[in-house]
Amino acid sequence: MSGHGTGAGHAHEGHHELPFWRKYIFSTDHKVIGLQYGITATFFLLFGFGLMLLMRWQLAFPGQAIPVIGKMISDDGVLTPELYNQFGAMHGTIMIFLGVVPMAVGAFANYLVPLQVGAQDMAFPKLNSASYWVYFCGGVVMLASFFFEGGAAASGWTSYPPLSDIANNAQSVWLVGMVFLITSSLLGGVNTIVTAIQLRAKGLGFMNWPVHVWAQVITAFLLLLAFPPLEAAGVLQLMDRLAGTSFFLPSGLVVSGEPLKVSGGGNPLLWQHLFWFLAHPEVYVLILPAVGIIGEIYVTNTRKPLYGYKTLVYSLIFLGFMSFIVWAHHMFMTGMGVTLSNFFQTTTMIISIPSVIILTTYLLTLWGGSIRYNTAMLFALAFLPMFAIGGLTGLPLGLTASDIHLHDTYYVIGHFHYVVAPGTLFALMGGVYFWYPKITGRFMSETWGKIHFWGSIIAINGIFMPMLFMGMAGVSRRLYDQTVYMHGAATQNLNVLMSVSAWILAVMQIPFVINMFVSWKTGKKCESNNPWDATTLEWAATCPPPHENFTTPVEVYRDPYQFNTANQAIPQFKA
Amino acid sequence: MEHKYGYWLPPNISAHGAGIDQLITFLHYFMAVLFIGWGIYLVYCLIAFRERPGHSADITPKHFGVPKFLEIGIVLIEVCLLVFFSYPIWAKVKTEFPNEKDAIRIDVTAEQFAWNIHYPGKDGVFGKTSIEKIDGTNPIGIDRESAEGKDDLLVLNEMKIPVNKPVIVTLRSKDVIHSFAIPVMRVKQDAIPGMDIPIWFEAKETGQYEIGCAQLCGIGHYRMKANFTVLSQEDYDKWLDEEHKALGLEAAPTAASTETK
Repeated sequence: MSGHGTGAGHAHEGHHELPFWRKYIFSTDHKVIGLQYGITATFFLLFGFGLMLLMRWQLAFPGQAIPVIGKMISDDGVLTPELYNQFGAMHGTIMIFLGVVPMAVGAFANYLVPLQVGAQDMAFPKLNSASYWVYFCGGVVMLASFFFEGGAAASGWTSYPPLSDIANNAQSVWLVGMVFLITSSLLGGVNTIVTAIQLRAKGLGFMNWPVHVWAQVITAFLLLLAFPPLEAAGVLQLMDRLAGTSFFLPSGLVVSGEPLKVSGGGNPLLWQHLFWFLAHPEVYVLILPAVGIIGEIYVTNTRKPLYGYKTLVYSLIFLGFMSFIVWAHHMFMTGMGVTLSNFFQTTTMIISIPSVIILTTYLLTLWGGSIRYNTAMLFALAFLPMFAIGGLTGLPLGLTASDIHLHDTYYVIGHFHYVVAPGTLFALMGGVYFWYPKITGRFMSETWGKIHFWGSIIAINGIFMPMLFMGMAGVSRRLYDQTVYMHGAATQNLNVLMSVSAWILAVMQIPFVINMFVSWKTGKKCESNNPWDATTLEWAATCPPPHENFTTPVEVYRDPYQFNTANQAIPQFKA
Repeated sequence: MEHKYGYWLPPNISAHGAGIDQLITFLHYFMAVLFIGWGIYLVYCLIAFRERPGHSADITPKHFGVPKFLEIGIVLIEVCLLVFFSYPIWAKVKTEFPNEKDAIRIDVTAEQFAWNIHYPGKDGVFGKTSIEKIDGTNPIGIDRESAEGKDDLLVLNEMKIPVNKPVIVTLRSKDVIHSFAIPVMRVKQDAIPGMDIPIWFEAKETGQYEIGCAQLCGIGHYRMKANFTVLSQEDYDKWLDEEHKALGLEAAPTAASTETK
């Protein structure tokens, strides 16, 4: 429906030709940086998932040698407890800090926010490039930690001291890696906020922002405000480990029968407060971009405006704000008194209100629509029930009384994976299918997309649904071999089911990855600027958009989501 | 008594656990109702509003009243859950300790990767502990010279308690954070180095159960397990007498710390 230029396929025509390394490696173009983020994050997501696939062999068949590749990781092919703890800690770290956040924020915000506000690039292109390369260095440092004597960090992604303070050298490497990753997120956060606010096209008011822009801006604020305390905490822990301070070490520790020679006087709970002050907002950093992405996909594929746009925006803002005052619900079992725990369980219940509103606005958006079932829409639709399970299972964990039984069990693992894996990751995959023609000028294969979708949704539920039951039975998380316990042995067969499901899920990602790379050259050509007949500004640009994005200046005339009675989009940029 | 462990809540043998179980069960009904309700609505939408010839999207602005009532309903239920379940149960478990005179007192000191269970002995007074006295045979450093410490019992990875009697446990840790978890007792509490954390519980059934560590504490975390035995009062007294006899007055406790590295 777009009236603008149709010169697709000549993305590389800049004002003057840049050398290869300036154009694709140390580029300052937000689209190239977005793709760099996307490709690097895809690698790390697969790598982090791969670690879990190995751990799942030990969980399903405790003490048995891993077939074929077992010999590469240990002498007898059995995954040792040391490796299990390392893989567990690195799975969490990689998936969150090197996978999902760089994908959701680095790739999607970078690529889409400038386009969706009608900007030529990010506000600070060099800062943007720096943010990617700092992230890249953080990733290299994290990977390098596997090759240290004694292996990678093994104190969980939460790195609670004193365990992490007395752990082997790789823990210091982990902390250095984290400082890189946090710095990268801070640079990216500033950039997104300034770009979205300052570089808006003519006529684009805040209430004309697409939901995705709102979600990314709120996410950027969360990153900017929540990450500095963890950066500080990371430096303090590094001091504890390297400079002999005792920020997190109390007096009188005896490790392996020997008194620990430290000055003491610190408090291990200080770390937990600093850590969760980041890590709870971090949960919303993981989920908000996904909420924005599926909003765009819903509107385009239901052919009608979003229900309750303003309500949704206010709910997102409120959610972002509340996410800063719920952190201690991760610490109910640390000996918290009544006043504090009542405060935090109450705020935790309050945060469920905007979450339900968001879910409701999306559900009502479907009502009266004309729903197109393409792969992007399938992934976006699956987000709703999966996020609902993830959200609902948060209730018994957020109430202190029921948390007594469920805290630190597999129930928690099931809960947050439902939010992040079939929730956020599915939304991100939907986003890839949806914006792929914009990025490459070609479509991904719908047939393989649908195989990818149905295989993934069945397999992923086979992993995370049993976890909820296992947690109910009382099985603790992070156990190398749960059959040590009576209640663990009783639910061991669920582990076999979960592991097989995980391996099937891995196989189901092969068509996706191949589809993503092969379609770049051979996919069906995208003939117009606006192949899905969508309404927002990025569809005014060519597919793929040229350097500096828009061949003619864009102007905004209306709300982000309008359609006529013939189910045709009335884009924001159409006069 | 033989208990079956399955895919739902493990058996509850504690006095305070019924309320927790009720809350968990109610919550899951509540979740199921919401999820199935949303699910039916979603499936209906997906079928009724699918793209097909002759069907077009309805773009007239609408306002639905039902979601507002649903939202208010959810808020009210959450308020009730907080006020009538979670606040009082937590307060009871965490603050309403039984009278020390009526209760058994036990100190538990966690370490990588074992539970040191410390009974005060016949005099009912715990001997003082200090890290200077810690050695291979005295893992928590009880002062055996003192009158209070002389008769103390120290058992490794084995907690025995009498049925129908409140137990007050003071949790400590020597090295890293552990978490003292007894699923059948609906008990979980982190043991944090530098802090003495009191908890209490009361068993309503005799039997053989397990204590586990619920917080990652190192490579031996998964096997940091202790037996948890609930005995009748007679059996408990008999066991205590035997232990005291075995201890003598000068003998040191038999338990030795499990060194792992």
